[in-house]
Amino acid sequence: MTQTAAASPATPPAREAPLTPRQAMLRRALRHRGLIFGTTLMGIIVFVAIFAPLLTQYSPYDQDLLARMKPPVFLGGEAEHWLGTDALGRDFWSRLAYGARISLMIGIFAATISAVIGSVLGILAGYFGGRVDMAVTFLINVRLAMPVVLVALAVVALFGGSLMVVVSVLGLLLWDRFAVVLRSATMQVRKLEYVAAAEVLGASLPRVLWKDILPNVMNHLIVIFTLEMAHAIILEAALSFLGLGVQPPTPSWGLMISEGKEMLLFEPWLITIPGVALFCLVLSINMLGDAIRDVTAPEGRN
Amino acid sequence: MSDPILSIRNLTVDLPKGGDRPHAVEALSLDIQPKEIVCIVGESGSGKSITSFTTMGLLPKALTPSSGEVIFDGQDLLKISASEHAKLRGRRMAMIFQEPMSALNPCYTVGNQIEEMFEQHTDLAAAERRARTLRLLQEVHLPEPERIYTSYPHQLSGGQRQRIVIAMALALDPALLIADEPTTALDLSTQAQILHLLKELREHHSAGIMFVTHDFDVVAEIADRVVVMKEGRIVEEGTAEEVLNRPQHPYTRLLIDAVPRRTRVERDSLDGRPELLKVAGLEKTYHVKGNMFRPGRIVHACKNIEFAVRKGETLGIVGESGSGKSTLVKCLIRLEDPDEGAVWVEGTNIAAFSKRALHPYRKMIQIVFQDPYGSLNPRRTIGDQLVEGPVNFGRDRAEAMARARELMKIVRLDPEALNRYPNQFSGGQRQRICIARALMVEPKVLIADEAVSALDVSVQKEVLKLLNEIRDKMGLTVLFITHDLRVAAQVCDNLIVMQQGAIVERGTVDKVFGAPSHPYTQQLLAAQPGQGWDVPDVSKLPPVSAASGVGGVV
Repeated sequence: MTQTAAASPATPPAREAPLTPRQAMLRRALRHRGLIFGTTLMGIIVFVAIFAPLLTQYSPYDQDLLARMKPPVFLGGEAEHWLGTDALGRDFWSRLAYGARISLMIGIFAATISAVIGSVLGILAGYFGGRVDMAVTFLINVRLAMPVVLVALAVVALFGGSLMVVVSVLGLLLWDRFAVVLRSATMQVRKLEYVAAAEVLGASLPRVLWKDILPNVMNHLIVIFTLEMAHAIILEAALSFLGLGVQPPTPSWGLMISEGKEMLLFEPWLITIPGVALFCLVLSINMLGDAIRDVTAPEGRN
Repeated sequence: MSDPILSIRNLTVDLPKGGDRPHAVEALSLDIQPKEIVCIVGESGSGKSITSFTTMGLLPKALTPSSGEVIFDGQDLLKISASEHAKLRGRRMAMIFQEPMSALNPCYTVGNQIEEMFEQHTDLAAAERRARTLRLLQEVHLPEPERIYTSYPHQLSGGQRQRIVIAMALALDPALLIADEPTTALDLSTQAQILHLLKELREHHSAGIMFVTHDFDVVAEIADRVVVMKEGRIVEEGTAEEVLNRPQHPYTRLLIDAVPRRTRVERDSLDGRPELLKVAGLEKTYHVKGNMFRPGRIVHACKNIEFAVRKGETLGIVGESGSGKSTLVKCLIRLEDPDEGAVWVEGTNIAAFSKRALHPYRKMIQIVFQDPYGSLNPRRTIGDQLVEGPVNFGRDRAEAMARARELMKIVRLDPEALNRYPNQFSGGQRQRICIARALMVEPKVLIADEAVSALDVSVQKEVLKLLNEIRDKMGLTVLFITHDLRVAAQVCDNLIVMQQGAIVERGTVDKVFGAPSHPYTQQLLAAQPGQGWDVPDVSKLPPVSAASGVGGVV
């Protein structure tokens, strides 16, 4: 209801030509507070990640053992290192800014790999049903029976931690939700008469899937993508915290938390700062996901 | 006349800003007497359901009554609180909905659900509640009340479910019964029984009934008084006899004129024309898989179907839901593979072709579906969807687009509309777009699968006219699938009547309607509502007098 209240001043006069789906979506987007907040927060983080070299004056790897554990400005530190320095005297702001790159990259690449695997499986299962569906459902069940963190730990322990390994492991593990949701969404769309009409009009199978099914399940895909992106980022942080994710000295937020944990009682900001950053990133992604669902499929909102 | 049970005075309900008009219902006044059935008739969007929802206090939050009063039991329903309104519902006023399945809770037996009415509003003992429930089940003519009592909604047929809903509504002998399109989702013969039941209730109970419908034949069957609504206003009001036979307002005349006649337009003889489509020995069975708790079932959806259609002929396939017409259609367009039998199109048997071999023959048979909202892809422009067919069959895209513009003109839509998306069109317009899409590949046979069933009567009339025109102009052969005998009578040359997967009757329209030989056909014809009503020829009525033009000229 708050939305209607917020929207009412901008409502168009009665009797206006109906909008194209895209225009209507844009209009809903501009009125959605969550979307605006999520996009802004996300925008800031992406901006920092891209322009990290311009925004920082130190390298995230340069140690300065004479300037260890300098507190950030708001805890009485100096402006030279405004977020302080860590136990090896590395500029905390630099590490945070470069760490955003790692988190975003992991999130985007892992979610992309999952999206491709999950949506192909889900759409095929939903479209064909029968044996294909049974096979895919079996695969989904197998995957759901695997504890993600445990498998990731084991694989990383075997192959050694690196960005590539972490991304691929997470990508290969997080496709289940894509498959489940797209399978049921496809089953619904498949029953609609425009799909039958396309088949009668001689459309080939790939064409039907590409033109009639995919665009109509796309909103689900986008929403799950954001969820899994956040999921992957958190998992990466967890793996890094356990020492089995991205390896030092790469600046990763999870690693920063891990490195700060020994000083938890003395210099809590070593953990708080990357923790808050992680929180903000995941929050913004989740808000974006919710907002995209509202904007693309207004009928599903209650 | 006694005091009215319900009296609506000057009711105005506002629509949210940005709608197509400022008020859903405007300055509406209406009385319902005890033992009276008042029919509110109108096309979709006329505000008839809003009127009934306002009375029941079930308006969606976005709509608010802005002025007027609804007097019931001596109090204004617009002024009482939601909880007071809730107390009235069920006890003093009750509602029967269009879709009985969604009005019943699938988790409880229907007996429990009826008993709940007593539990909520009275303090009867358990045994007495049960006895009353069984009596109600008897009153709505359900066979074996004891068995029905312990059944779950999904174990009953649509008609039985609607009877349960009616029994629930009657449980506490309410003073007002609101029925919102209660028979629209039902088969013809079930509809006849439910209408009969409602008429009986009028005699035995003192309730006033507000009956919302779009179907003038149902009105003719059941109404004492009729209120015709258009765009939120009442345009005509009077006794059923007056309104049906001497409609005064131009809009009422337009609606009555659009009611499908039982007589058809004479056409040239079809003798000597070549057979275009021939179906022989078509069989289709579905195997419903069983599980641990339920044995599997075999549904024989098409049994030895045989018929032939000549070039330019319109063949009507009539049957109730579950008669196998949809399966037959799916086999003809090869969305399903028939188990046995042959389908000859211009001498080629396509029934057993592989997908690859079928491809060039796909365009011979095209189809227009029932649901105007589900048959266009919401995320593609109209033009993109129209050229889909020809492009799939190897035509040049630009050439196809030119053809699409031409066809849009033929179905009387603006060719510029090709750049727009489906959500910008009304139901009738979408159905025309679907017809154009089917015609894009120049089919020989056009199947109209309940193509006009979801449309308002006036729109229905237009689309039927268009279909007829196109058939004559392009020499199309049409298979017209419908459950509506009136529509079938109007447009078809020959008829096939299907029941439980088999053809039980066939012949010319005159023969099937005039001298039906199969008991099922006779039963279907007898179940038609409004048979006692001779639809007046609107063009022969005296011109509208100036005084009666309440809502302006249509």
